[in-house]
Amino acid sequence: MFSLNNVRFKNILDIKHLKVPSNKVTCIVGESGSGKSTLLRLLNNLISCDSGEISFNDRPLSTINSVELRRTIVTLSQQPVIFPGTVKDNLLIGLKFAEKPLVDEEKLRQILRMVSLSKELYEDSDKLSGGEKQRLALARVILLDPEVFLLDEPSSALDEETERIIVEMLVAYTKDTNKTLIMVTHSKKVAKDYSDNIIEINQGKVVNYTGDQV
Amino acid sequence: MNSVIDLQLWQMIAAYVFVLVLMLITKLKGIPREKEILIASVRMTIQLILTGYILVYLFNAPSPLYTILILVIMEIFSVYNIIKRTKTAISPKLKQIIAFSMIVGTVSCLLYFLLVVIHISPWYDPQYFIPVAGMLIGNSMTGISLGINRLVDGMQKQKYLVEGALMLGATPRMAAKEIVDDAFDSAILPTINSMVGMGIVFLPGMMTGQILSGISPITAIEYQIAVMLGILGSVTLTVILFVQLGYKTFFNEHQQLKI
Repeated sequence: MFSLNNVRFKNILDIKHLKVPSNKVTCIVGESGSGKSTLLRLLNNLISCDSGEISFNDRPLSTINSVELRRTIVTLSQQPVIFPGTVKDNLLIGLKFAEKPLVDEEKLRQILRMVSLSKELYEDSDKLSGGEKQRLALARVILLDPEVFLLDEPSSALDEETERIIVEMLVAYTKDTNKTLIMVTHSKKVAKDYSDNIIEINQGKVVNYTGDQV
Repeated sequence: MNSVIDLQLWQMIAAYVFVLVLMLITKLKGIPREKEILIASVRMTIQLILTGYILVYLFNAPSPLYTILILVIMEIFSVYNIIKRTKTAISPKLKQIIAFSMIVGTVSCLLYFLLVVIHISPWYDPQYFIPVAGMLIGNSMTGISLGINRLVDGMQKQKYLVEGALMLGATPRMAAKEIVDDAFDSAILPTINSMVGMGIVFLPGMMTGQILSGISPITAIEYQIAVMLGILGSVTLTVILFVQLGYKTFFNEHQQLKI
């Protein structure tokens, strides 16, 4: 899936060698400011590394069309991005951006149920709480049905119980649909309980890797 | 038709009473703008007197070279003015796009207007070429100035929305669409608004000038309608070129946001 060799980005990240396997749940853990979010942005080609090479399915990212890549590997940022409009507008805008066929309202309600968001489709998304916005943004990413999910702390604004429900749903969905989930989390417990592999980053370097050796 | 009243020197000086009254009011009200009012009045006077003499010279000895020279000076001044009036720092690439949009947008509309609509001969007749060029370039300059501020401001303030759209698989064009549309609207709205109010709320400057100089109001109106449509065409074309090329400067070849 992803392969990183001698990747440097400013003085934030310095990764000698890292492989992230496909069809697995991989968690990235580390202190805040350790470079976890930067790593996700590099994988999605929202930024480019200063030196070294990142490959996706054995193809260097520099040779892949970034828009196509981002439709295959969809990122959810830590601060949920909510566009002006209703809950429905926010769900459909992802499909419009990715130029995928739109879906009916029943499908949208089903996705909202998946993320435990009991909101009407025509509610103003601006009125949602932080945790609700985070789940709405997550629902939008699930609706896109990408090959790879890159999720940056998808449950940071949720209480412990809701966090558990959401992470369990995500892991089950990933396994059932044979997708790849790469998730940054502040919780070592979440990483330990739900992931196949754990990458620990400290001060921009991979200090520990547990799981499948690929 | 009444004969034209030629303004005497004392009548011109009497018009400056407006400036004195305005300066007195701002002084009494403690509004610190006397200096700006005075500088603007003096600049306007000197610039118009010089322009008047230059135009008299050009009209008496029409030459394609001088006409083109005046057009080039107008274009350079307008591009310089747009860049100077932009509130935030802009990239060299965006400056090139401003120049390209201004030149292509205004010159193509100017040539169409003069050669097809008015049908002047020779093509460089300064009596028509220069005032029409001035109006098209001046209005397009204002349009781009409004558009550029909205575009740069929008890209900076809504950076997270643009990047959010990129993360969901949007192309840069899709990601910047709202901002580009907003910049376009803000650039052409003053022109549209002035067209809506024209003839009812106010009489446009060119038409007023022609009527005061003794030309039939019907002829003045015909010219005003044609010129207004020319201005609309020029502003729209210039601004479309600018926003459609300009937003791309905020992205690199990997479709990453550069700001």
